[in-house]
Amino acid sequence: MLVPLSWLKDFVDIDLEPKELEKKLFDCGFEVEECWEVGKDISNVVVGQVETCEPIPDTHLHVCTVNAGEHGTFQVCCGADNVQAGGKYPLALVGATVIETERDHVTVIGVATIKKGKLRGYDSEGMLCSGVELGVSEDMYPGAGYNGLLVFPEDTEVGADVKPILGLDDWIFDVSITANRPDCQSIYGLAREVAAALDKPLKEIDLSYTETDVENAGFSVTVEDPDLCPRYIGHYVYDVKLSESPLWMKRRLAMVGNNSINNIVDITNYIMRELGQPMHAFDGNYLEGNKIVVRRAKNGEKIVTLDENEFELTSDNLVICDGVKPVALAGIMGGLNSEIRDTTTTVTFEAAKFMRDNIRKSSRALGQSSDSSAAFAKGVYEYTTVIAMKRALHLIEQLGAGKVSRTHVDINTGNSLEKKEMKASIKKVNGVLGIEVPESEIKRILTNLNFEPVINGDELTIKIPAYREDMEDYPDIAEELIRMYGYDHVKPTFLKNACVTMGGRNLQQKTELRIKRALCSQGAYECMHYSFFSPSDLDLLGFEEDALERKAIKILNPINEDLSIMRTTLAAQMIHAIARNQKKGTLEGRLFELGNRFIPKSLPLTDYPDEKATLCIGIFGEGEDIFTLKGLAENVADALHISFKYEQGTKTFLHPYRTAKILCEGQEVGYLGQITYEIQDETDMRIPAYICEIDLSSLSQYYGRTPNFEPLSRFAIVKRDLALIMDKTVTCGEVEDAIYGSCKYVTDVKLFDVYEGLPIPPTKKSMAFTITFTPKEEELTDEMINGFVDKMLRKLSFTMGIEIRS
Amino acid sequence: MENSALRQQIEAIREEIKANSEKLDSSKLVYELRKSFLDNKSGKISALMKEMKNIAAEDRAEYGKNVNELKTWALEQFDELDRKMKEKELKARYESEKQDVTMPAKMRYQGNLHPVTQMRETLIDIFAGMGFEIYEGTEIENDYYNFTALNTPKDHPARDMQDTFYLSPEFLLRTQTSSGQIHVMESKKPPIKILSPGKVFRSDDDATHSPMFSQMEGLVVDKNITLCDLKGALETFAQKIFGEGTTTRLRPSYFPFTEPSVEVDCSCFACGGKGCNLCKGTGWIEVLGAGVVNKKVLENCGIDSEEYSGFAFGIGIERATMLKYGINNIKLLYESDLDVLKQIDHYE
Repeated sequence: MLVPLSWLKDFVDIDLEPKELEKKLFDCGFEVEECWEVGKDISNVVVGQVETCEPIPDTHLHVCTVNAGEHGTFQVCCGADNVQAGGKYPLALVGATVIETERDHVTVIGVATIKKGKLRGYDSEGMLCSGVELGVSEDMYPGAGYNGLLVFPEDTEVGADVKPILGLDDWIFDVSITANRPDCQSIYGLAREVAAALDKPLKEIDLSYTETDVENAGFSVTVEDPDLCPRYIGHYVYDVKLSESPLWMKRRLAMVGNNSINNIVDITNYIMRELGQPMHAFDGNYLEGNKIVVRRAKNGEKIVTLDENEFELTSDNLVICDGVKPVALAGIMGGLNSEIRDTTTTVTFEAAKFMRDNIRKSSRALGQSSDSSAAFAKGVYEYTTVIAMKRALHLIEQLGAGKVSRTHVDINTGNSLEKKEMKASIKKVNGVLGIEVPESEIKRILTNLNFEPVINGDELTIKIPAYREDMEDYPDIAEELIRMYGYDHVKPTFLKNACVTMGGRNLQQKTELRIKRALCSQGAYECMHYSFFSPSDLDLLGFEEDALERKAIKILNPINEDLSIMRTTLAAQMIHAIARNQKKGTLEGRLFELGNRFIPKSLPLTDYPDEKATLCIGIFGEGEDIFTLKGLAENVADALHISFKYEQGTKTFLHPYRTAKILCEGQEVGYLGQITYEIQDETDMRIPAYICEIDLSSLSQYYGRTPNFEPLSRFAIVKRDLALIMDKTVTCGEVEDAIYGSCKYVTDVKLFDVYEGLPIPPTKKSMAFTITFTPKEEELTDEMINGFVDKMLRKLSFTMGIEIRS
Repeated sequence: MENSALRQQIEAIREEIKANSEKLDSSKLVYELRKSFLDNKSGKISALMKEMKNIAAEDRAEYGKNVNELKTWALEQFDELDRKMKEKELKARYESEKQDVTMPAKMRYQGNLHPVTQMRETLIDIFAGMGFEIYEGTEIENDYYNFTALNTPKDHPARDMQDTFYLSPEFLLRTQTSSGQIHVMESKKPPIKILSPGKVFRSDDDATHSPMFSQMEGLVVDKNITLCDLKGALETFAQKIFGEGTTTRLRPSYFPFTEPSVEVDCSCFACGGKGCNLCKGTGWIEVLGAGVVNKKVLENCGIDSEEYSGFAFGIGIERATMLKYGINNIKLLYESDLDVLKQIDHYE
């Protein structure tokens, strides 16, 4: 919210420097995003009177002698078409700063410092300025909008600083107001707080006006839906003389970002800023039937708003109608049909309270918003409707914009605007803060905030003004006290009253960290990707139409299509991450992510979906292949004290012959493999990449396994090497399983060589294994081992046609 | 054998050993030589020892003494020779194995946790030490837990503070880890100290906002918990993360689920509070939002708000990470760029 200091000073005597005021506001809960002097870019510009003004031959320039009073008299060259002898203009002295424009004298490009110059051989000491060059608009000063010199009236003092004259010495505070304080969304509302913070009285706002005897006979207001409009005040104004607003009003509106329109519309905007009450002015001549009806729109009913947009309405939207048709979208924008125009002679002012939720919903649903709807959506207090109407009528009189009739209609659903009483224990209030605020301070602060405190022992009684709907319970009093007393009174204590509790990670958190650290120790870096991704990634990975991955939860209001569904796999983002690294020339790396996949129980969602903790590993670079990837999977198994089995598998996005299913105790828990060359090309990867995904949620049942300590065997472990000849189709895993299965003493089977070629037949291969036999209760003799091996070979031969290589 | 013949023979052996010794140039040859004299079967000195049984009884002692002397002398000779040879050989070996130690190391570098995880785990360790348990809620939450139970009913203006991603009229992507508060307070009675880290989502997307980021919610509910305790706990946290000298400042703010609500600023660790670019000249850095738990929130969870009170806080983990490492674009944290990931290593 933009707050001009001068406007604030209408209500509080502020004797602080702007920066001190900023600090005060900050301390009591109003963060000043920025504060600046209106003319912060302008310095050393004074009123100069041109004494002589001679044209420079063959140019549009004039060379002038400019009297700047106490500053001296200067020769200045000027190109403006309205420079003339005797005229008074802003003169930027040498060393002055002004706004710099393009050659069009309109487009602002920055700030310039005036230097001595020479034009066409004439010395020029300073510059006569236009409004634009001083950052002044027509609303800030009449004539400032002219593309030429800004002209001062004859009685302006020569040599005076132009900033006070042009309103450039004012300050603007951009204050952010928290959502619980809509009562401060206005200059007057904020002034209340400033007054309290500075220990100063709040000045009364002038609400006086004189009603004439004139009456708008037959005028009526009906509120058909009081649940959406608890208060509606209408007042009829006649003899309206539409004109420009006075400079002071235009200037204030300009400082808070409103263009001046005409005196009637400006009054409504002025009140909106000053009191926070959105107002509307209807042209009385266009209210058919001389009445106002506030009601829900009929389904399909249409209205064209002031900005010439047409809306088709539903019964969720509240409209203001005359006897025949909608004339305004309540609280959002007036209708084009009843807007104030040059021919307006009578006006009906509206000051109403519309319900916050309804205005918010309508504004969103229709995609139409305004300062008014924004204010209603934050909350407008019924209290302000009354003073806003009075203030509007006061301004009508003050500006001579019309006459105030006695036709005043106030539809009131009977909400009390009286102060509400609240009692609280001072001990409890202080208990929230952990300090004791002195009673005198409690009194002072709460009195300043208009709470009229009465203290009786421990009992504090306050009266809550109607605009403080946020005050509900004693912690609210605690907050009011401390923000005015000062948060620096809060001294750190270290949970001195709290019970001792056990803290720390649970088993799942510990295990996940253990897995992450295991992978880090293998040179892998953790990454973090969004929980949502793109439907096009499902196509990139080539999932079948009925694949589980395609049953993704959709975000109803995504930022864009690429971030529109909850992920059902971590692989897509990992592939993109690898591709990004490769594209920037990083040709080796190990990445992993531990995050959730989102698997709905039904679509659309009617229950929490399964959030499955999932691990995804991606690797690429020289020396990497599916076996180094498998090594990482094994690191995970090792960290969990479980074992994985691997079987040939298929995935639409993985190499048809380099893909494995990962199994744990017979259950499929993941996959690993090489990314297809198609995807490698599609994503502009330069070298192959390998990816693994493991569903940790299915492994969580094994979390916390710790190996039992086995006493060391007294007997020697025996190793035997066996070279075996088998069909090429037989896999290493099958042979290993068969070896393990043939003898209970086998504790390890390790492949150490694979050979194809002569003298082995072309359909066969040789695989050599080191087999470890671990004795249990007795020593394993050579004869026993020979027996085991013989049995093993018979079984391999019988079931798989595997023979020993001679 | 005559003792004189023996003496001759012994002298000859001594000469032979001496002569051969000078020619030797490897420990292997020393071994061969030793064998040729001392081998049990074929050694020349061993052969003399074996003669003992053929020596007349009266000469045997003398004979034995002489041969033993010879043997002792020979052993010393060979040991000395062996020592010399081995020394020479080792020297040669070392010389032959000379290496340029400035050549590259052979190693696999450790990877690392994500910068956000590093910060998250550091924060967990700090608060776990204060007795906070870790509770992780779900990323997909329903409206009640994310808003209504946190004193933000439908159409409350505070909902405008956060742009929410909706998945259905009821379900949404949580906008704050505060939702975890409610789940915990519903299932657990005070004393409660929990820390709830996790991903949260808001419909914001620019250099300083990411539609997904990480928060860590903390909650304490016990008897007589005050704003001073909040300041004490959070000042401890700030000192652990940003340095021992860090001080904190509370200033008024607003969250629907706390009353009073505060923003917690830390003294700028870059300039020590004097004012610099990082703190935009103010000497303070906004780090987190906090407050005394709103009575209504306690009551929504069936906790007696007259008996118990508490405080809650929410830290943006990315923000803390970015501040600590001077990362200026939040997106860098989600791009998985190894050149970025490799640089961040929090010492903890």
